[in-house]
Amino acid sequence: MLLGENIAMAFSAILSNKMRSFLTMLGIIIGIGAVIAIETVGNSVTQTFSDSMTSMGATNIVVGVTQRKEEKVKGSESGLEFEGRRNEKIPEESDFIQDYMIEEFEKKFANDIEYVMMSEKLGSGTISVGGNTAKVSVEGGNETYITNQKLELVAGREIGDKALKGGKSACLISDYAVDKLFKTENYSHAVGKTVEVISGQKFYDFTIVGVYQLSDTGLLFGGNADRETTLYTTLGCVKKHSHIQGYPNFTVVKSADMSKDTKEFRSEIQIFFDRYYHTNRIFEVTTSSFESMLEELTKTMSTISTAISIIAGIALLVGGIGVMNIMLVSISERTREIGTRKALGATNSSIRLQFIIEAMVLCIIGGIIGILIGVTGGALAATQLMDAEARPSISSILTSVGFSMAIGLFFGYYPANKAAKMNPIDALTYE
Amino acid sequence: MMDRRAIIDMKGIVKRYYIGKPNELEVLHGVDLKVYEGEFISIVGPSGSGKSTLMNVIGALDLPTMGRYLLDGFDMFDAREDDLSAIRNKKIGFVFQTYNLISRMTALKNIELPMLYAGMGKRERTEKAKDLLRMVEMEERMYHKPDELSGGQKQRVAIARAMANDPAIILADEPTGALDSVTGRLIMDIFHRLNREQGKTIVLITHSNELAEETGRIMSLRDGLIVSERKGTGRVAAG
Repeated sequence: MLLGENIAMAFSAILSNKMRSFLTMLGIIIGIGAVIAIETVGNSVTQTFSDSMTSMGATNIVVGVTQRKEEKVKGSESGLEFEGRRNEKIPEESDFIQDYMIEEFEKKFANDIEYVMMSEKLGSGTISVGGNTAKVSVEGGNETYITNQKLELVAGREIGDKALKGGKSACLISDYAVDKLFKTENYSHAVGKTVEVISGQKFYDFTIVGVYQLSDTGLLFGGNADRETTLYTTLGCVKKHSHIQGYPNFTVVKSADMSKDTKEFRSEIQIFFDRYYHTNRIFEVTTSSFESMLEELTKTMSTISTAISIIAGIALLVGGIGVMNIMLVSISERTREIGTRKALGATNSSIRLQFIIEAMVLCIIGGIIGILIGVTGGALAATQLMDAEARPSISSILTSVGFSMAIGLFFGYYPANKAAKMNPIDALTYE
Repeated sequence: MMDRRAIIDMKGIVKRYYIGKPNELEVLHGVDLKVYEGEFISIVGPSGSGKSTLMNVIGALDLPTMGRYLLDGFDMFDAREDDLSAIRNKKIGFVFQTYNLISRMTALKNIELPMLYAGMGKRERTEKAKDLLRMVEMEERMYHKPDELSGGQKQRVAIARAMANDPAIILADEPTGALDSVTGRLIMDIFHRLNREQGKTIVLITHSNELAEETGRIMSLRDGLIVSERKGTGRVAAG
């Protein structure tokens, strides 16, 4: 017997009892819907995160000063190990990673690293030009750091090598700030002007060498009336003003042809910096990479989805039992039909196939409705609540279709077999 | 008559139920029956005579406990379950008292069913089913479901279905039992026409002597044995 005929027969049987079929499917719909919704949210969040991480360099390693998990107590006056509550401490200048450490680091790992990025924020301030003001946050970076911001200049030029090395007060300012300050869209008007940033009680002078385009232009004219944009300057300039030696953290960009994997490289970095910090009781240097953050996110997501999947699995099991139950009812209702079919020449296997396919079609319809609901719900949750791009997971959709087929097969087999084994005479005379 | 081919050749058919149990029951005690190609015979008997059991054995719905049964030359003795399905499908056309049409399917689809089980292609199946509906003058009702048809119309569809795979024999079990006499007459006329025009072999199982008289040969069954065999008129009684 042809598969198509069986499927057509299954549809006619399912449609002849719509309400009952729908209620039977409900368990499958809920089960599959829940899994797909969670998978969609998970996939959307991870994918969106991973995309943004990749654009920022997922393989970059951030080396930073962090508080030790357990304070080193050697030399503590009591001489006792103490396990007190860990107080959050903020690293001070003396705890920072110093220039000479970075230099030695660069020398030692010359083959492994492409470059390092260092930056320091001077703080937020206001620029005033003839009564117009713009809020800026002043940030200084080394050459690679500035390059890595991938700024698009609309006027002027980059901060030159010389300025960067010399720590000149050349700066890049956003088109938004120029617009606010000079009330012009002719951005080159601002180039060459010297502006004064008032931050706290201090004044800093910067010379605008370039105007960059704020990447999210959508917010440029609407939304926040008074936005703070970044003013990029040289690292040397910021250091000159802040008088802070060293950095709380810096970023390492791996050499493209490095053969080590990130994990291995990170542990080497750890060992390298431990030499400088073994005397520091409170702080140490740790490494982190977006890759590892992503890994952790994926791990968390998969833990959540495993938990949900187990619950959904129970829903599917209950749904499957419902399918089996209704198939048994349906078969006993259609005993005469089965008898008739047998009298007309249906073999046991064709009867079995008919009812298995009916159960599978029932489950697949339920599965597809569940997928539609799950994808819609998941996409809504991801975009509305989590601000991620909706990315339904194709693999889990396919798995769900397969899984609902399997439920139909598994829970449909017993009733179908019962139908197949009916004695045609008994079935024909069944009242 | 003896040189004609026997479609049904039964010798010493015994059917027992609940074998080996205290309530063991023998329903047929050794039935001999020969039905030749192109014959229209009837089997009559009161209820409890073993009519239904005999029909089930003839129709390959059940196997005899003992005895030899050749159906269109096929020995039922070695038949397995799937063989029985194939025999029912190709050699036998059932017409039941209660029609046994599948209520979800249209008249056309009901008729297609035996051909579907025979593995016939869709186009051919539909074509043949339409021809059969034309034969029983039901073509304008082909897309109606059984619930939308009268008893007589249902039985006509059922006869068309019985003819679907061009069976060696039509086995009609009280086909007019649920119909009024006028409609019953129409159904009997169809059987006569099939027998006369297409030479179809027909076995009619009935408790009505009046209907049995119309057939060529009447076998009377009583307490599991054929007690008499006589010629019928083979004609529809006048009036």
